[in-house]
Amino acid sequence: MVEQVTQTAFMQENAILDLIDGMASQLKRQLQQNGISEAAMIGIHTGGVWIAEKLHEKLQLAEPLGTLNISFYRDDFSRIGINPKVHPSNIPFEVEDKHIILVDDVLQTGRTIRAAMNEIFDFGRPASIIYATLIEKDGRELPIQASVVGLKPMLKQNDYLTLKGPSPLSLVIGRKLSGGDSEA
Amino acid sequence: MMYRDHQLTEDGKLKHFLSIEGLNKTLLTEILDLAESFTSLADHGRAVKKVPLLRGKTITNLFFENSTRTRTTFELAAKRLSADVLNLNISTSATSKGESLLDTLRNLEAMHCDMFVVRHASSGAAHFIANHCAPHISVINAGDGSHSHPTQAMLDMLTIRQHKSDFTPLRVAIVGDILHSRVARSQILALNTLGVTEVRVIAPRTLLPYDARSLGVHVFTDLHEGIEDVDVIIMLRLQKERMTGALLPSEHEYFNLYGLTEDKLHLAKPDVIVMHPGPINRGVEMDSAVADGKHSVILEQVSNGIAIRMAVMSICLGSRPEHQRREETA
Repeated sequence: MVEQVTQTAFMQENAILDLIDGMASQLKRQLQQNGISEAAMIGIHTGGVWIAEKLHEKLQLAEPLGTLNISFYRDDFSRIGINPKVHPSNIPFEVEDKHIILVDDVLQTGRTIRAAMNEIFDFGRPASIIYATLIEKDGRELPIQASVVGLKPMLKQNDYLTLKGPSPLSLVIGRKLSGGDSEA
Repeated sequence: MMYRDHQLTEDGKLKHFLSIEGLNKTLLTEILDLAESFTSLADHGRAVKKVPLLRGKTITNLFFENSTRTRTTFELAAKRLSADVLNLNISTSATSKGESLLDTLRNLEAMHCDMFVVRHASSGAAHFIANHCAPHISVINAGDGSHSHPTQAMLDMLTIRQHKSDFTPLRVAIVGDILHSRVARSQILALNTLGVTEVRVIAPRTLLPYDARSLGVHVFTDLHEGIEDVDVIIMLRLQKERMTGALLPSEHEYFNLYGLTEDKLHLAKPDVIVMHPGPINRGVEMDSAVADGKHSVILEQVSNGIAIRMAVMSICLGSRPEHQRREETA
């Protein structure tokens, strides 16, 4: 059965770019505090890569941007199977001993980040990982928290935010309708 | 079409991989796409060349017929997906297949296996096992008699796609022992499903099935004519172990007429690729100069074999219908 959802616009590109600016300054401060002079960045497919591309440019990092597709590391494979259209992960630098900034669009359960960190460790042992997310939502199922957050909006329980892009970027609220509603 | 129902779940997903027959272009393309992303696991940057997708699953290689390369690539594919692998080489003495095979299956089921990879000298063996094993088990055909060898065909398709990007304009020649080749049958089905312009088979009459044309191919008995302007040449191994009676005068004469040499290769398109499922009989099916030459993609086929088997394993084990998964966890 196809799940019924309604979608309404939440945020347009300009406002999102402002959030990314804020994330960039937070990241600079964080790197400074931690005494990190050189960091490398990895974005998580798909929305995280769009955010990471902009952050990477603002922070003017020397290493090229890495992209991560966590499909092969998900914990729900035996429930939902696999999507054949997987853009392979591409990390164009040595992970070993690097300080990594990991970027995603929405943090909710924390399962994506668990999978992403597992995959990063299969490339090598990083010196540290800083996690930056555009949106933080309630609903953590794992002990994971972001160091840098663009926005923590107030949302109703059945609402979820989706980042659309890459050009222009926009945030959309989807609302799951309960069984009765979807029949109506 | 008779196998369609056996391979697919009620909602049209791949449960077993027994034959190319009955699979549509979308499904074949999904396998190729997923395999393509698995090829990136061999990247130099990765310290660990495996992913945890099939962690906790047990895959059994049931080989009733020897094949080192196929067994090894299936084993490696399963290990790269973090599955546990069991290798069983079962000799097929003259038993009445049905009974003993079923007993073997019941035993393996009792060991909580999730997938059987089956290689057998009799056509239809993998289908038989798929029909008779417990419902939560997926079966992959790793070659059955002269019937089919679908993962070999798919790794060839992946290799072709990596070099030619689009199947539509391609003319593909398959050369050699078509009669005994399960690979050729699967390749012809896959190529036609993926929509190439033309599939040609080239062989002496004694090594062509009597109904060759009904496979949807153009038949040639002359190699020079057959490879003219083709984009892809697939050489087949002479299946000496399957030949009974006098099908060929001699290997030397076969090489003179059907062996691929650099001279003959000029008749094909300048960017032709040459493939062979291995093991090569050098100086029989092709010259060493061709096998090791710039048109040869034979070793890429081997690497792609691992990626294709990973793709098929993860698609089959990830597509069980909901009620079956509930039963398993219950």
